[in-house]
Amino acid sequence: MTVVWVVAYTLLSGGAALSMVRVWRGPSLLDRVVATETLLAIIAGGIAVYAGLARDPAVVPVLLVVALLGFLGAVSVARYVGGMLIKSGTDDGRAAGLPPAAEQTVEGR
Amino acid sequence: MVREILDVVAIGFLLLGSVMALAAGVGLVRFPDVISRLHAGTKPQVAGVLLIMVGGAIRLAGTPVVWMLLLGGLLQMLTVPVSAHMISRIAYRRRHVREDLLVVHEAGFAGLADLQDDPPGDQPADAPRDQGDSG
Repeated sequence: MTVVWVVAYTLLSGGAALSMVRVWRGPSLLDRVVATETLLAIIAGGIAVYAGLARDPAVVPVLLVVALLGFLGAVSVARYVGGMLIKSGTDDGRAAGLPPAAEQTVEGR
Repeated sequence: MVREILDVVAIGFLLLGSVMALAAGVGLVRFPDVISRLHAGTKPQVAGVLLIMVGGAIRLAGTPVVWMLLLGGLLQMLTVPVSAHMISRIAYRRRHVREDLLVVHEAGFAGLADLQDDPPGDQPADAPRDQGDSG
């Protein structure tokens, strides 16, 4: 049983560490959003693994909160970034990107 | 006897879900642009979490929280595609797509250009008509 604990949490924390590498390295805001959402899903998985292995039902409501928080955060950041887009002068269907000031604070490292 | 078999099955589910979490991390680090990272990151968000939830539900069988676990899995299945779709749409508009890596580009830019003047139903209500969200 100890082996199962160690293996499961080694895998989960490896995934969490790699997601945090992506949060750190960026390069864009959306990469960080994707990585943060994955990190939240991995945290939810860790809580569920604890609940299952320890047979502890007390932590299960936390799962619902974490799942909903990940969704709300990703959607609100996506809407926020979408609102900053400038209408493109070209006609290839894509926006011109962010205003220069926002591009610096968001993407400059 | 049945209990031991169920334990083995549940632990198998839990470990499989954990493997998917690790695969998500590897994919996030190694893939080249936002949309392919989204591909790597969202599959374990649905399938991995669902596997772990099923494993936990088997282990916790008989307690009232089983339904809450399955509700959590259902919520992930409902919400993750929505947020992934929104993020990938914004990533496409912000030119975060590595076009040199695309094999098929079905959302051709020529067709999209016609929609630019009147984007169907995606602008915030208070957006200025000429310089707001491009649709």
